[in-house]
Parts: sequence; structure tokens; C-alpha cells
Amino acid sequence: MVMGEFTQETEVLVVGGGPGGYAAAFRAADLGMEVTLVDMRSRPGGVCLFRGCIPSKTLLNVSELLLDARRGSEMGVSFKDVRVDLSKMRQWKNQVVDRLADGLKELCKKRGIQFVQGRAIFEDHNRVRLIEAEVSHVKFKHAVIATGSRVRSLPGVSFEGGGRVMSSTGALEIPDIPEKLLVIGGGYVGVELGSLYAALGSRVTLVEVADRLMTGADQDLVKPLLQHLEETFEGIHLRTRVKRVQEEKDHVNVTFEGEGEGFQERFDRVLVAVGRVPHTKELGLEKADVRVDDEGFITVDEQGRTSNKQIFAVGDVVGGVMLAHKAMYEGKVAAEVIGGQSAAFDVQAIPAVVYTDPQLAWCGLTEEECRKRNMEIKVARFPWSASGRAMTLGLSRGMTKLIGDAKTGRILGMGIVGRHAGEMIAEGVLAVEMGALAEDMALSMHPHPTLSETEGEVAEAFLGMSTHIMPSGSEK
Amino acid sequence: MPLEFKLPDLGEGIHEGEIVEVLVSVGDPVEDGTLVLLVETDKATTEVPSPVAGVVKEIRVKPGDVVKVGQVMMVFDQADESVEPKEKPSKEDKKEPPQEGARGETPSRKDRGREEKEREEDRAAEKEKGEAAEEEPSEAVKRERQKKTESSEKPSQEGPVPAAPSTRRLARELGVDLSQVKASGPGGRVMPEDVKAFAEKGKEVEEEKEAPSEARKVSLEEKEAAEGDEERKKPSMEEEAVERVALRSIRKATARRMALAWSEIPHVTHQDAADITELEAFRQKYKEKIQSQGGALSLTVFVLKAVVAALKAFPGFNATIDMESEEILLKKYYHMGVATDTDRGLIVPVLRNVDRKSVTQLALELPQLVQRTREGKIDREDLADGTFTITNIGALGGRAFTPIVNHPQTAILGLAQGRLEPVVRGDLNSYKVVPRLMLPLILGFDHRVVDGADAARFMNTVKEALQDPENLLMVM
Repeated sequence: MVMGEFTQETEVLVVGGGPGGYAAAFRAADLGMEVTLVDMRSRPGGVCLFRGCIPSKTLLNVSELLLDARRGSEMGVSFKDVRVDLSKMRQWKNQVVDRLADGLKELCKKRGIQFVQGRAIFEDHNRVRLIEAEVSHVKFKHAVIATGSRVRSLPGVSFEGGGRVMSSTGALEIPDIPEKLLVIGGGYVGVELGSLYAALGSRVTLVEVADRLMTGADQDLVKPLLQHLEETFEGIHLRTRVKRVQEEKDHVNVTFEGEGEGFQERFDRVLVAVGRVPHTKELGLEKADVRVDDEGFITVDEQGRTSNKQIFAVGDVVGGVMLAHKAMYEGKVAAEVIGGQSAAFDVQAIPAVVYTDPQLAWCGLTEEECRKRNMEIKVARFPWSASGRAMTLGLSRGMTKLIGDAKTGRILGMGIVGRHAGEMIAEGVLAVEMGALAEDMALSMHPHPTLSETEGEVAEAFLGMSTHIMPSGSEK
Repeated sequence: MPLEFKLPDLGEGIHEGEIVEVLVSVGDPVEDGTLVLLVETDKATTEVPSPVAGVVKEIRVKPGDVVKVGQVMMVFDQADESVEPKEKPSKEDKKEPPQEGARGETPSRKDRGREEKEREEDRAAEKEKGEAAEEEPSEAVKRERQKKTESSEKPSQEGPVPAAPSTRRLARELGVDLSQVKASGPGGRVMPEDVKAFAEKGKEVEEEKEAPSEARKVSLEEKEAAEGDEERKKPSMEEEAVERVALRSIRKATARRMALAWSEIPHVTHQDAADITELEAFRQKYKEKIQSQGGALSLTVFVLKAVVAALKAFPGFNATIDMESEEILLKKYYHMGVATDTDRGLIVPVLRNVDRKSVTQLALELPQLVQRTREGKIDREDLADGTFTITNIGALGGRAFTPIVNHPQTAILGLAQGRLEPVVRGDLNSYKVVPRLMLPLILGFDHRVVDGADAARFMNTVKEALQDPENLLMVM
């Protein structure tokens, strides 16, 4: 392999091989463009595949299995000896990741995309230098920056200590099952990983600065989740700040500052999940005339174009919700725009899914957002206790919720809490994007018995008459 | 009861006409059918009869005005109210008996399409009529006003316009602002047809800018302000050095038709020269005889005959292509368009059934047709249904040119100037140079319908016919 000064030219350079980057690269190649994809890892996939969505969901599925095994006795099935084999579990998770990563690399190859391992730094408006790569420079006609984000750390807290203070990356390695785990941050990462460790047997304490968990979601949807967390976590401290994290050899001392007096507690491990920051430093963006905002996010127009017209940016680096599917969508838009199409990130419903038990999913506008904007809306809820399917699954803790325009009945948003909410939210996404009316959803037949029926029923409830719940105020 | 007389739909996609002459004065009594106006549309002058019996009360047009279909031109005081005004007199006049040659031909999908289009235009015209009658502001103005009132009354957080993602993409592609589109779907949902209709309308508004009528001035001003269409409108530094000439009647029709032909037809040009020495001698011999009968035995007459012979041998050149129905329509009649240079611009009158007419008959008819064309006395029928066109630039000189096919025909034959040229006869070992009268022939054709080899064969047939008058008689 020849190392050294070697400049290549490419039509489309994609920097970063996560979902945003590879989606952009694949679409550009499919549109007939010549594409080079650069990533630090040896295979595409990015944080999502290697230390995010995929490993966490693999493990969360295992934790769901654990919960179901324990619930089984109610239904007449008892597993006497439910044991967790951590190394087997890690192996399983790594297998899943491996298979998907190989698949992506193969897709790259089949599309004729040149994949280069290395780190790209912009040197000019149309050139990058590659570090630790076979190619030293790449000159491009168009570039797509998809370098993603990294975990945010707390001031004065380091992940580089003895390993007892972990980021999500460390936590997904499941070094052990700590007896006492502190989770800092009540967003989806904290809630998910906290649930995972609780299922594995840790006593989990969760601390959050705000007065509630899952701030982006409607609180009536969060409630059943909160109920579950309260049952399975040792403690949940809201309006509480972590003042000091002191890592010792065999434990971590944490000092809290709440509304009342401060307090100190000892944990075996601490997970810091307080968000992510864009990966835009050390990229040489200023040399490429690519502007970033105060928080380090790259500013783009609705087509993903940066201040340098030849360079696009997609995914976490441009801000907004930092979700893989949003990045992929943006990646495809950027590639299509480069390909001369009039594509744009014109999206009305970005779905969000929290893989807890129960799952939480929503899309479009939330009720709270609508109220804040003084919109005239109507909200309907369908409790899963009225769903036959939920009952057969023993999962009647759940709710499906519809937010619609009060006048036209147009569906503006949907929220679901309960098992498989993530799979079901897609119907809501399609409804919102299509400008569908509640009537459209109510008149679309839903299979029985399924959880998706709750979507048809909530639309019926929106219209005033649902089969399995009594119209309000009409009980005889 | 006064009756507003609007420019009726003249069919064939004609939206406007120029008033040539007003044949009545205020106070004149008219019968149903009395000619009241001469309107020039797309190359032909149409006599417009009064739709009612009564008295001319008001005349709102003067010669030179450009009137749109549906625009009020006159007001009559009706003599008898029970008489239903004839809505579309010219439409009825227009109806011609089916051409003999076309008998037995089933209406193609294209024809149906055209009918539909006409009906659509009728509807559009109806709508415009309605507007004009109530003297309401134009749609654009209404929309603007509506928007203003809406924006002042409603909070700005109305949310995105309900439309499917595919519709939104279509809007982006057509440059349509969805919020401006009148929605026809349930719950105010914008349908793809709405976007298309709006885009079409936008085009019309563009066209109207060329000749703003009183009613539309407001909307134009607003539009200018809103759209920042300064580039075209603002006085440039060289304003005084540029003369603006409105694109009217013939020039406008030519511009539109040429653009259509050039953009739709993949043109190929095939060139050759015919030895017309013998033919010229033949022509000289009979010239005076024809002249004494009031005709003119021009070269074009012979070319017409030669072309018909070639068209019969190669019917692909006497055809139209319908991409929609994926059909080629081979015409069994031979109506030859003859490009005619007039004071007002290029007009192509049609000599019908050339195959059934003798050379003498053609020599009598052609000069008359040309004369009527130059005097502006031809009817719409004289312009319709050509199947092939001949254009002779020879009188003005020129060795070659590339004629543009007269859409929707398949081919056009251009004649440049016939010249006496040295022609080599024999082979390299034994040759002689002889002076011959050579006529350059240029065949422009639609490569979708026929191929280069077909063109060569077609041209050879024409050539051979012209080279030998006796042969021409044989193939006629």
C-alpha cells in the first residue's frame, strides 16, 4: 500500500460514514455520480451502527426479553433460572453490528463508491487533506459533511478516568452489571440505558436538571413510562443538578444540588447522558468557507447547502433533532440537490422513538407545541386497556393519541406509548405528511386484533365515536 | 336587456385576437349574424357576427386592441329577450365537413386529447367571462387580498400547507408557492392537479404581462413589487437605445410554434441537389399557356407534385407522431403547406389534396392562395390540416438553409436558389464538364418518425422526378 502525497479527484466527497453520510453517498452513486466516502472507521455505519442505535437497541431487546421472562409467570410460564451471560450478550450485540457493517461495506462496493478510511480536514474550498489514509488529498466538485456528533461531557467530569464514569459508548460495552448506577440526564439515552441496566439488575438512580423527563414529548404520554421507571428505578431526582463527580478506585462519589439541601451519594458507576455536541472542530471548515453557528452547528439552507455553495452538510452537524433517520433524509436530499434535482428537507413529521418498556413514540406536532402556538386543535386518546390485542399481550399499559386541527380534522401529530409504539408511529408519519384527515385514518381498515387498531380507534374517537370506548358524556 | 358581447372561444387553443376593424357604430341596429368585428387571430382574420338582434349600445374595443377570449367587446341592447344569445358562433362556423381523404379514420387518442384540451379552455374562458362580467379583480389580485386579510387576522403559526410530500416536491419543481395554491382536496389539502393548474395559470399571468389590460394593472403592480421582477421591468441605462416591440399576432404565433417545433422535434437535415435543366425547359415551354389562363407555372408547382409522389412512396413523411398514445398517424391525404412571406410575417397556407390536382390546376390555385395570403384574406381553413410543408427561399438567393419542421408535421422541404453549375459527367478516365441548372433541396425531418436512410430514399425520389419531366408525369 502506497502512503504519501497522492491527490485524488472526485465528483462527490462525503466526509463521515454514518447514516447521513452513507445515505448521501449511496443516493449520489445511484444518481450516477462518482463518489468517495471517507470515514475514520474501517467500515461505514458511524455512531448509529457502532455505538448508538444498533447496539443499544440490540441490548434493549434483550432487556425486554428479560422483563417478559419475569412477567411470564402471570400467564402460566415460569422460567426458574433466568440468568444473564454478559459476555454472550456482548458477543450477540457485536455480531449484529458486524453483520450490518459488512452489509454496508458491501453496498458501498457494489455501488462503485470508493471508501477511504481516514480523517478529512478541509484545506481549501474544494480540497481536503486526509490523515491516516492511503490518499493524502482529495479534490472535489461537491462535498457533503456528515461528521456527526460526540457525547457532551459535564464540566469537570472526565470519561478518561478509571472507567467508572461512562458515556453511552462505555455503557454499551456493559463492562459489568453495577450494583448501583447513577444516570445523569433524563433524555432518551439516559432513560433507555437506565432501563437496560435496571433490567439487568442494577439499582438505578436517575437525575435530571429539568422538572420532567423526555422534555420533547407530551407529558401524558410520558406518564406511563414514568410509572414504569418509578417501579424499576431506585430513585428519580428531578430539578436536581450534579455538582461534583469524584471517581475513586472502586466507586464514584457524587454530590447533588437540588431544591432543598445538597446531598452526596456513592455509586458503582455513573452514566453521563446529557446530550451531544456537533463534530465540527478540527475539520478546517473556515478554510472551506463553511460557517458554523455559536454552538458549532453548520448553518445550512433547506437543501443542506452551507455557506460554500459546493459543500453540503447533513445530520447531527447541522443541528435539529439528532436522529439517524433525520440525517439519512438530509443525506438523500443533499445528494439529489447535487444531482440537479429540486429536492429539499421539507418534512412535517420527524418521528422520535424511545425504546423503553413501554416504548414512547411521537411525530409531527405535540399537543404542547400546538398549545404554545395557540393553534385550534382537538386531541383524542385511546387507552390500550380498551384494546383486545394489548390485553392478549398483557401490555395494557399504553395509549395512542391523535392531535388534529379542530376545524378541518387534519392530523397534525400523533403520539403512542406502549410496546411496539416505534413500529406503529409510521402510520402517523404518513398521515401527517399526506395531510390526511382523522376521517381518512378512521376509514382505513385496521387489522384485528393488532395494536395498530388503536390508531384507527383514536381517529374514530377524534370524530366522536370509537367502537371500544364510550363517547364522553354519553354513558347511559 | 343589454347583453355584453365577449370574444367567443375561437377554438384550436386560441386565447386572444387583435381587433382589425370595427364594422358597426354605436346606435347601429344589428341582426343576429350581422358582421360586427374583424378579429385577427393566429395568422387568420375571423369575421365575428353579432350574437343577437338589437342595437349596438356600446363599443369597448378599437382597431389594434388585443382582446382575450371572454373579454367584453361590445354591449348590445337586445331586441327580443327570449332569444338565447349564441355563445360560440365562430365555433359553429368553424365546423367543417369531414375531409374526403380523412374518411374512415377513427379519431385518435390525440384528437380526443385535443378535444379535452379545448373543453378545458372553454371552462377557463367561461371563468374569465364570469370575472369580466362582474368586473371583479383578477384572481391574482383576489389571492393577494385574501392573503393579506388572512395574515392580518390569523396568527402566523398556521402550520404547513396540507399536501402530500410528492405534491410538495412537484411544487418545488414547478416553482410554485404552495400557500398560494387554491386547494381542492378535503380539509384544504392541496392536490397535485391544483399545483399544476396554478403553474399553468402563472404562465398565463406571465403572458398577460405583455399586454396588461386595465383590469390587470393593479395585479401587475403588486406582482412586480412582490416578485422583484425588476430585471425585466426596471429602466436600464440603455433604455433609450432599446425599442420595445410587443409580440403580437403573427410574430407571437411564429415564436410559439417555432419554439415548440424546435424543442420537441429532433431535427435532422438532409441535403441534395436536383438537376432541373430539362424541367426548366419544360416549364418555359408551357409557361405562357398557363399564364394566359391566369396561372403561373412556377417551379414550386412541379416540386409539389414530385413531393406528393415521394410521400406516397414513403408515407412516414406524411405523418404525425403521438408520443402519448405511442402511435404514428399516417395521413392518406396530401395537403401541402407553402411557406409564404408576407408584410406581416411568415404564413403557411395549405393547398389541399394536391395529389388529385393537375399541374395546370395547381398552377392556377397556388398563385391565388399566395395572393390571398399576402392580402390577409385567407380563412382559418386555409391554414389548417397541412401534412407537409414546402419552403422556397430561392427567389431571394441562398445555397442552403435548415428549415424547421412545421409542427406537428414530420418533414419540410426547403428549396434554395437554382443555379447554373458545372457538372462533371463520366468517370476519372473519361469525363466532361457540362453546365446544368441545379436546384439545392434540403429536407428537414423528425427523426422520431423516420430515419436518415428513409430521407435519402425520399430525396432520391423527389430528385428523380424533378430531373426528368417525363418521369414526373409518370409518377404523378
